[in-house]
Amino acid sequence: MSIVSIDLAPLQRADRWRVAEWAFWLLPVLGYFVFPDNLVLLTQIAITALFCLSLDLILGYAGIVSLGHAAFFGLGAYTAGLLASHGWGEPLSGLAVAALASGVLGFITSLLVLRGADLTRLMVTLGVAMMLFELANKLTFITGGVDGLQGIEMKPIFGTFGFDMVGKTAYWYSMVVLFLMFWAARKLVHSPFGLSIKGIRLNVARMPALGAPVNARLAAIYTIGAAYAGVAGALMAQTTQFVALDVLSFNRSAELLLILVLGGSGSLYGAMLGTIVFMAAHHVLSDMNPEYWQFWLGAMLMLIVLFARDGVMGGLRTAAARLVPRKLAAP
Amino acid sequence: MTVLFDGIASGMLLFLISVGLSVTLGLMNFVNLAHGSFAMVGGYVCVTLLNKAGVPFLACLPLAALATALVGVALERTLYRRLYTATHLDQVLFSLALVFMSMSAMQYFFGAQQQPLNLPDFLKGQINLPGLDMGIYRLFLIAVSLLIAFGLQSMVSGTRFGAQLRASVDNPRTARGVGINVERIFTLTFALGSALAGLGGAMGVEMLGLDPGFPVKYIVYFLIVVAVGGSGSITGSLVASLILGVVDVAGKYYVPQVGSFVIYAVMVVMLVFRPQGLFGRMAAR
Amino acid sequence: MSPYALQTKGLVKKFGGFVATNDVTLNVQAGARHALIGPNGAGKTTLINLLTGFLEPTAGQVILNDDDVTQLAQHQRVKRGLARTFQINRLFAELTVLESVVLAVNERLGLGARFFKPVGAHTQAVQEAAELLHTLRLADVAHEQTRSLAYGKQRLIEIALALAAKPKVLLLDEPAAGVPTSESRELFASIAALPRDVTILLIEHDMDLVFRFADQISVLVSGALLTQGTPDQIANDPKVKEVYLGETVHG
Repeated sequence: MSIVSIDLAPLQRADRWRVAEWAFWLLPVLGYFVFPDNLVLLTQIAITALFCLSLDLILGYAGIVSLGHAAFFGLGAYTAGLLASHGWGEPLSGLAVAALASGVLGFITSLLVLRGADLTRLMVTLGVAMMLFELANKLTFITGGVDGLQGIEMKPIFGTFGFDMVGKTAYWYSMVVLFLMFWAARKLVHSPFGLSIKGIRLNVARMPALGAPVNARLAAIYTIGAAYAGVAGALMAQTTQFVALDVLSFNRSAELLLILVLGGSGSLYGAMLGTIVFMAAHHVLSDMNPEYWQFWLGAMLMLIVLFARDGVMGGLRTAAARLVPRKLAAP
Repeated sequence: MTVLFDGIASGMLLFLISVGLSVTLGLMNFVNLAHGSFAMVGGYVCVTLLNKAGVPFLACLPLAALATALVGVALERTLYRRLYTATHLDQVLFSLALVFMSMSAMQYFFGAQQQPLNLPDFLKGQINLPGLDMGIYRLFLIAVSLLIAFGLQSMVSGTRFGAQLRASVDNPRTARGVGINVERIFTLTFALGSALAGLGGAMGVEMLGLDPGFPVKYIVYFLIVVAVGGSGSITGSLVASLILGVVDVAGKYYVPQVGSFVIYAVMVVMLVFRPQGLFGRMAAR
Repeated sequence: MSPYALQTKGLVKKFGGFVATNDVTLNVQAGARHALIGPNGAGKTTLINLLTGFLEPTAGQVILNDDDVTQLAQHQRVKRGLARTFQINRLFAELTVLESVVLAVNERLGLGARFFKPVGAHTQAVQEAAELLHTLRLADVAHEQTRSLAYGKQRLIEIALALAAKPKVLLLDEPAAGVPTSESRELFASIAALPRDVTILLIEHDMDLVFRFADQISVLVSGALLTQGTPDQIANDPKVKEVYLGETVHG
């Protein structure tokens, strides 16, 4: 028998909020005061961050490669948009219905996605997104087609906070939703369910041998990821009061993938940081020739894949390990 | 009937471009989303030779194929090679990066507009039979594609290279053990796949048009062919391409309001029931 | 109630024209230390895969504690008390040793679907995992990442993951494979120390270990059972000696 007693503290402390995390979540507050003229941009960053978070859940944690995640974003956007443009302008219930719709679609497609190897999965996720895109494109009388869905009118949140022209309400609305959903996702990944999802990604063959129903777990996380994306899409529709057809496009799915990889998948904060870096860069370089932007984006992605696979989070972890003598456990 | 004919022509073009993707995926287990970029390169080479250098069209085609093959070899040896053992996600990301870079590069050099292509006179026009109008160019396309399909199949099943290729697909470890230079097979196969893509891209300018957005516009179709036909199967690619071509053309002709929806739906349904595709084996990973 | 913890009846597995498992009827007594030996390619791992449900049989049945489990999926058989180790480690490279074993214990306790309370707060699971680590002398590496450990230690984790399921029947696929002889004794000591109410079926090539450990030996050749008996019977069986041409059989 070993005389070494195991220190359980690291495991028990694993989900405690770190100082860096508290600091990070002060950013939305700072942003409001430091960039009062850019609230619309910051709101979009928050929404995209939530969208990216949803992809991190299914890709970074569960290892499901999806080229069609925009399907859930778009479905959420159109759902919330249609509700509002047909008289139901209450924001929170709009979010809930959008989450439900995307969740249901996620659940149904999870049954398809779980069959077959990587290429098949890729194609099914892509195919579903393309199908939705074509539907939205053709059903112009519902979605507005290429012209987009207009006439979205939002009622005040809780009956008191009306959506203003400057975007203050939209800003806080999005930030609060983002934070709450992030908090919930963080709980999820630190739970036994979250651990089993990581296990599936790390060694899918071992999990059934431990008694884990792999397909059921994957279906669950995929559904949750879809619902999260749906909420992000709904926020987009509600805050911009417009739904463009490109919410369902391949470009949106591909760009999201890039953002997540840039930030570093599998840590939730990578999704946050990747979004901030990407969208800030896009904003600052917005008068750059689009050809240059796309070219250097591609070059950067290639460099990341070849040399810095863990993205910004990976870089931060390496830096932290060098600066701080004690090894910090990853979030 | 004309619709059927046009669908077959469309399918054969699709086959030409996609077969390279099918073989490289089956051989190297590499998910290459940039395959459409190779076709695009072939298209631009052809158009440049034809319009700027006055090279006759029929000579442009093999030159485009050759140029694309060279690009393919260069990229394979320097970049693709590093990612053979990487996860499929990394391969997707890498090839996506290539797509972005190739698209913006082409836009930089050639502009965003469609490239004009003037066919030689002997390829213009139609043969009109009762109930069936056959475009001469489409006939040409079908003939060339069939020849190539036949040649490919003969090469894979009849030649030594083909045998080594099949061995490397089935079991790279054992193939190496028997003395087959698997790395060289990979490079040659990649070159061949790129050449075919380039040829297809060049021949496709007349039917699909050519602009920098080509890879993204059509990659889904190529992937559908490979996923439905089964990676690594030439016959599978041919059958899948023909089905896809006919369904797409017929769909757009008879039910234009539905558009490409049918294609995607058919693909998803087919993959649900046969995840390995029509002719493919279950993938190892 | 039969005395058998694990049985197969006429188990057949064909891959196309190739018969990997040829009409195998195997009976493993409850509490036995039953070894499965045979030359390379005899189909031993295929048999284990059929027993666990990783492979579907072409014909025949698998019976676990008198229940026909032939139609059940892998994870369902694990819930009924069947666990296995793999010939080549299948571990969670990025997880620490403690995390890996906690993951396994969670599944046994049915906590795998809990999504709110953090892992560390489920004290019963964590304690159980810690005890298992102690038992297998992995306590000192509890917080090391699996991929940074030596192969011998990783092999112990492989066993810990199977033991976490508290199986009634444990299938060990070449547990000592790749482990230096000096460490394999210790490995087997851990296995031998398992309580008698756990039935063990193991595949092993190391005849020394087999004859030291097993009370029943089945010999598998070309997918079919050649013979079965006690170590003495097997050691003196001329058919077995013939099959192991040139290999020294412990006598």
